[in-house]
Amino acid sequence: MADNGKRKIVINPVTRIEGHGKVTIHMDAANNVEQARFHIIEFRGFERFIQGRFYWEAPVAVQRLCGICPVSHHLCGAKATDVIVGVDKLPPTAEKMRRLMHYGQTYQSHAMHFYHLASPDLLFGFDAPVAKRNVIGVIQEFPEAATKAVLMRRFGQEIIKATAGKKVHGTGAIPGGINKNLSVEERDSLKKDADKMLEWAVEALELAKKVTKAGGQSLLEFGSFPSNHLSIVRPDGCMDLYDGVLRAKTSDGKIILDQVKPADYLDYIREEVRPWSYMKFPFITSIGQENGWYRVGPLSRINCCDFIDTPVAEKERQEFMALGGGKPINSTMAYHWARMIELVHSAEKIVELLDDPDLQGTNLVAVGKKRPRGVAWIEAPRGTLFHHYEINPETDQIRVANLIVSTTNNNEAMNRCVQVVANQHLKGKAEITEGLLNHIEVGIRAYDPCLSCATHALGRMRLQVQLVGPDGSIIEEKLRG
Amino acid sequence: MAKPLVATAPFTGCFGCHMSLLDIDDRILKLVELVEFDKSPINDIKVFTRPVDVGLLEGGISNDENVEWLIKFRENCKILVAVGQCALTGGVPAMRNTVPLKECLEEAYLKGPTVIDGKIPNDPEIPILLDKVYPCHEIVKIDYFLPGCPPSADTLWAALTALLTGKNVGLPYELIKYD
Ligand code: SF4
Repeated sequence: MADNGKRKIVINPVTRIEGHGKVTIHMDAANNVEQARFHIIEFRGFERFIQGRFYWEAPVAVQRLCGICPVSHHLCGAKATDVIVGVDKLPPTAEKMRRLMHYGQTYQSHAMHFYHLASPDLLFGFDAPVAKRNVIGVIQEFPEAATKAVLMRRFGQEIIKATAGKKVHGTGAIPGGINKNLSVEERDSLKKDADKMLEWAVEALELAKKVTKAGGQSLLEFGSFPSNHLSIVRPDGCMDLYDGVLRAKTSDGKIILDQVKPADYLDYIREEVRPWSYMKFPFITSIGQENGWYRVGPLSRINCCDFIDTPVAEKERQEFMALGGGKPINSTMAYHWARMIELVHSAEKIVELLDDPDLQGTNLVAVGKKRPRGVAWIEAPRGTLFHHYEINPETDQIRVANLIVSTTNNNEAMNRCVQVVANQHLKGKAEITEGLLNHIEVGIRAYDPCLSCATHALGRMRLQVQLVGPDGSIIEEKLRG
Repeated sequence: MAKPLVATAPFTGCFGCHMSLLDIDDRILKLVELVEFDKSPINDIKVFTRPVDVGLLEGGISNDENVEWLIKFRENCKILVAVGQCALTGGVPAMRNTVPLKECLEEAYLKGPTVIDGKIPNDPEIPILLDKVYPCHEIVKIDYFLPGCPPSADTLWAALTALLTGKNVGLPYELIKYD
């Protein structure tokens, strides 16, 4: 019977994120949160069905896991195949074309996440009416910002098209290099807008900063918890979104890992499987399953690096880090601010690169001696992404593939966030409103999860809230929409 | 006159088709004038509340929840458009159709090089996978098919504006691509 008063609340699907996820929350009779989970409910099986395919197909096939950040998969796959074809250093034109592609991707992805997905919560409030709480509401109420958002995304997509050949699922990067350079016409047409894009990025950063500061301590504590942080940095500690060594820090800034190379990743990272999610739970082996989990993405990258090599973003990084007196920031909602610092950084890098004559170079591909194994990583917009392939050198066919995607790296963190928000906002409440449930989603959204890649699959979304009695009977059901 | 209603669904795809729709860029500001969005992952409308004029479907069908929702889309949308290779043929996710599902699950959750204490997720909270990834038209009737991986923003725009204004959807050769 339902009289012991236990309830189960289901949010399915979580919306305004990329991909398909579901939340369940179990509450006891006294309205305490007994269990809160973020489930990933789709599965693709990429690791298996890519076996037998030729290794050079990986960079174009694997991006079909994720149309949100196809460039990250495309480039990470290409970097892994660089290793396989025995190339450790790309010709400058190839490396810079790929970097430009990557910064274009980061720029459009960050702008889109902030304006199209997250800003409705930040601008209208977490429990604003559903009808208004979306990008169309933003277009109607803040047409100027919305227009800029659309044009910022377009700019990033144009860069991707110029470097990869196509806006979604391009083919620019190939094992050992790139298949095109940047023509003078392409360069000039991008340069026309580049300075303005940097300016608008700074405006977006100011807005993120303003809403974070306006939210005060309660916003900083919203859905927050201490955690380890992991990211790639350049060997000298500089932020580098395209390449580098792995570094991890504790919640108060002590170094756990540093200078780790991709080929050795198996010595440091393992993944746990839990039966209630198709997304695995990675952790740092030396700390162990219990406490070795970590966060990735903009917040962790800013926490892990020692400095940023572009002036505006570096100044902003210093201001951001001052928030924690130089120690890592562990606030969930600070992700938005950190993300916008990276938006500015990407714009600065784009401006800088467009002036580089190497982009018009003609030496596009390097060759080397084939190797049986290639591991690579990249900082995708949402965090560190690992690709690992092993091939049969006789036939060139892939025999092992292992991917740890950005959102998977944040799996435990997003689950913690759901638990914390449930305890902060649902606990003690007999009636759970739609607005309260959106609080849970606001927490998840801060991580900008991309569940298409996380499960190597994707689905569609709805929200359903059920109060379920202990015998499984549905006591009350609410549909949102 | 009320604006026509559009709903969109991402099934087992990569979201790239949705992203391509966003690539209509500033035309999106015009689209917002033209139509109203009902159920879609870009807003928080999670169930159908009224009849919808055009439903855009991304992705193939890989689990019981996909099937259930595809049927609901058919029931609630006057016109259903399968968008992109995954919806039309199953696409890249359908590459798993050549391998038994069990092997795919074992590779991901038991054998993966980073996996410890492997087990195959089986909680009742997660949907049941189908043996194969199916194209949408094998489950319900589909009215229009837009090929491409993804169809370009111009293709989507041309098709959508024709459908919404009751014109014939005739796409010029340049807008039909299959990659
Ligand atoms: S057709 Fe291509 S772009 Fe569209 S969902 Fe499938 S893989 Fe992604």
